[in-house]
Amino acid sequence: MNNIMIGRFVPGESLIHRLDPRTKMIGTFIYIFVMLWANNWQTYLWSAVFVVGLIKFTGQPFKLYWDGLKPIFWLILFTVILQLLFTPGSPVLWHLGPLSVTVPGVVNAIYVMVRFVLIILMSTILTLTTPPTSIANAIESLLGPLKKIKVPVAELALMLSIALRFVPLLMDETQKIMNAQKSRGMSFSTGGPIKRAKAIIPLLIPLFVGALQRALDLANAMEVRGFKDAVQRTRYRILHYDRNDYIAFFTIVFFVIIFFGIKIVTGF
Amino acid sequence: MAIRFEQVNFTYGAGTTLSQDVLHDINVNMPTGEITAIIGQTGSGKSTLIQHINGLLKPTTGQVLIDDFKLTSGTKEKQLIQLRQKVGIVFQFPENQLFANTVIEDVMYGPLNFGMTKAAAKIAAEQALTRIGVSENLWSKSPFDLSGGQMRRVAMAGTLASDPSVIVLDEPAAGLDPRGQAELLALVLELKKMGKTVVFISHQMEHVVTVADQVIVMHEGRIVAQEAPKVLFNRDLSWFQDLMLDLPKAGQFAEKMKAAGLILPRRPLNLQDLASLINKGAQHE
Repeated sequence: MNNIMIGRFVPGESLIHRLDPRTKMIGTFIYIFVMLWANNWQTYLWSAVFVVGLIKFTGQPFKLYWDGLKPIFWLILFTVILQLLFTPGSPVLWHLGPLSVTVPGVVNAIYVMVRFVLIILMSTILTLTTPPTSIANAIESLLGPLKKIKVPVAELALMLSIALRFVPLLMDETQKIMNAQKSRGMSFSTGGPIKRAKAIIPLLIPLFVGALQRALDLANAMEVRGFKDAVQRTRYRILHYDRNDYIAFFTIVFFVIIFFGIKIVTGF
Repeated sequence: MAIRFEQVNFTYGAGTTLSQDVLHDINVNMPTGEITAIIGQTGSGKSTLIQHINGLLKPTTGQVLIDDFKLTSGTKEKQLIQLRQKVGIVFQFPENQLFANTVIEDVMYGPLNFGMTKAAAKIAAEQALTRIGVSENLWSKSPFDLSGGQMRRVAMAGTLASDPSVIVLDEPAAGLDPRGQAELLALVLELKKMGKTVVFISHQMEHVVTVADQVIVMHEGRIVAQEAPKVLFNRDLSWFQDLMLDLPKAGQFAEKMKAAGLILPRRPLNLQDLASLINKGAQHE
């Protein structure tokens, strides 16, 4: 349970940790959007150099990022194989029936893999250096304009932060129930697929019951402390941009300019 | 069944960036047919220790011997099922593990997993429920319709039904009312009478002195004492203060008497003990 890296926050004191979460979110979106325009090795190289530079700045060991990539390894492999086998063109290196490996196919496969890895790395920088509640705050702040068209932004953000808060609790709970049922002889690793699927029931039912109970308790606890929706709220942590955020925005703009510079020089 | 820890060390997440040493050089015995209490502050490693008894956790180094079963870091998951049949663990708030449609089905879950036939599992479940005092009219109800105390009993019956020879209880009395606590202690003593080896974690020293044959004291992942309650609770007061442990109420009372100038020959374990010590003292004067 403890090896799930997706979306995990690791506290730190780096420059990137201290940035406003909105800066990091906007930066990540801009980066991903621009990087999708890459179409030759020069632009991919520049994108990779930029991400590796940012990772250095987060002060976290590269191994953490590598752990973040592992869960989606199979997805990447699958996409790469599809690209490898189904890209038409010449020269053909190998073929069998409708399947063929072509030189453009190999190039595409590599590009797709690099693109995947870079997107994941960039999002991992965001989640690794930003506590989930800050991300929820940032989303609320960035969606702020939607309040004008009666979108319940504050409620959505609250729901999001409660959901995020429950993730570690539920993981803990899962571990506990698993231990209890294992002690009663539950086994996930024996029997056919139907038997294995059935083996999950003694895990899922207590988990759902517990989650509903927790949700009710939380709702009660919020109500007795006077929680009401649709009121104007002040915040404990107020988001504000400072000098570092302007530097960060400038860095992202720098990335974009160089990126398109390379594209123009290498002739689109 | 006797349990023996030999030079057991345990590290959570060994080999990762977030590894954490939890147990250091554990050497303890839990003798057959006796009641062993484990005490210590929260976070001292008690729960980690007991999870080694049925192989939920494996020692990072060292070994645990449960009769002739040898648990080491290399023990395979497949071998563990026979160990788990012999060692039943009832976790904290076991009512959270209930899942089946009826009480009886839930109690039958363990026995069925350990290979009993349906008929045999049913008989085992009925016996366990009767022993633990869940009345028959509840057996076909949904476990989620029961009161908290009843759910706790059903969950404990779920462990007893597979007839383990070692029973491990992690803070079994937490959240029970005084009557429930008394019944629980009676059950622990009954299990001993049936020849079971019992291990339990407790924060209530009254419970420890009432039922335990020996006490294991843990502190920061190490064993700092393993002895009979009589010996343990006669240690210096400062020893308990250093470990942030309480004395039983009778012992606390004796300390207050001492502070007021009335010194007893030794520290009493319980109320009767306290009373007889005071009487003896009175006769001598």
